[in-house]
Amino acid sequence: MNPWPFVIAAYSVAIALTIALVLWSFASMRRAEGAADALRRK
Amino acid sequence: MHALANPARFLRFARPATGWLLLIGLALAVAGMAAGLALTPPDYLQGETVRILYIHVPSAWLGMAGWAGIAGASVSQLVWRHPLAAIAGRAVAPAGATFAAICLITGSIWGRPTWGTWWEWDGRLTSMLILFFLYLGYIGLASAERERGGEGRIAALYGLVGAINLPIIHYSVLWWRTLHQGESIGITGSSIDNSILWPLPLTMVGFTCLFGAAALMRMRAELAEAKVEARMRRLGA
Repeated sequence: MNPWPFVIAAYSVAIALTIALVLWSFASMRRAEGAADALRRK
Repeated sequence: MHALANPARFLRFARPATGWLLLIGLALAVAGMAAGLALTPPDYLQGETVRILYIHVPSAWLGMAGWAGIAGASVSQLVWRHPLAAIAGRAVAPAGATFAAICLITGSIWGRPTWGTWWEWDGRLTSMLILFFLYLGYIGLASAERERGGEGRIAALYGLVGAINLPIIHYSVLWWRTLHQGESIGITGSSIDNSILWPLPLTMVGFTCLFGAAALMRMRAELAEAKVEARMRRLGA
């Protein structure tokens, strides 16, 4: 059994989920801090 | 910990820390994964699939460390009524759930060529799956409690009770000697040869920094949302 497709699949899943976590956290932070700043300027 | 109880003081620490954790985490995780894929020899028994170790072990550590963080935040909330404890628990949970999922998926992918099966109801695998479901339950419970205006005490109790699963995961390979191999990396040493082991600290620290950055960003988001909600209440009053 060729092991490389399994290695590549494992790394792809780990990288994709980590990137999704970081991007989602970053987007929610920017959105919330943007809303707080906009409200403070009003 | 108590020095950061003040949200303004916490934000003065969290704003620069988020960027640094992201940068350091990204650099170390990429370096560790590249080294693990290209610079280490295959294992004499597992062959090339041993390379999954460099992502599977950090994700297992972070899945468990995340719940330890939730338990610590729960104690802090229930005993000292730390104002940021509930926010910290809610912020850590999605990152912990993500890494528990990565641990389960990468372990399953490793198991197919190594054990000949994607899944086995083995003590370690089952207790790790329970941890993942505990995370989902915590996320649902904590957000429901927050929406109802609660202080998060029920979620904190749940976080403490769920911590019982952590020693079960750790000792599962000793209590139930089924398919998952025993402990190969301990505090005092490792049974893995250094020629294979050396990129692991890079991915361990790298993914831990990314976990920390994600948790800090979620805390900052929750604090900003709370500020908006408080302002809207004042405007409405």
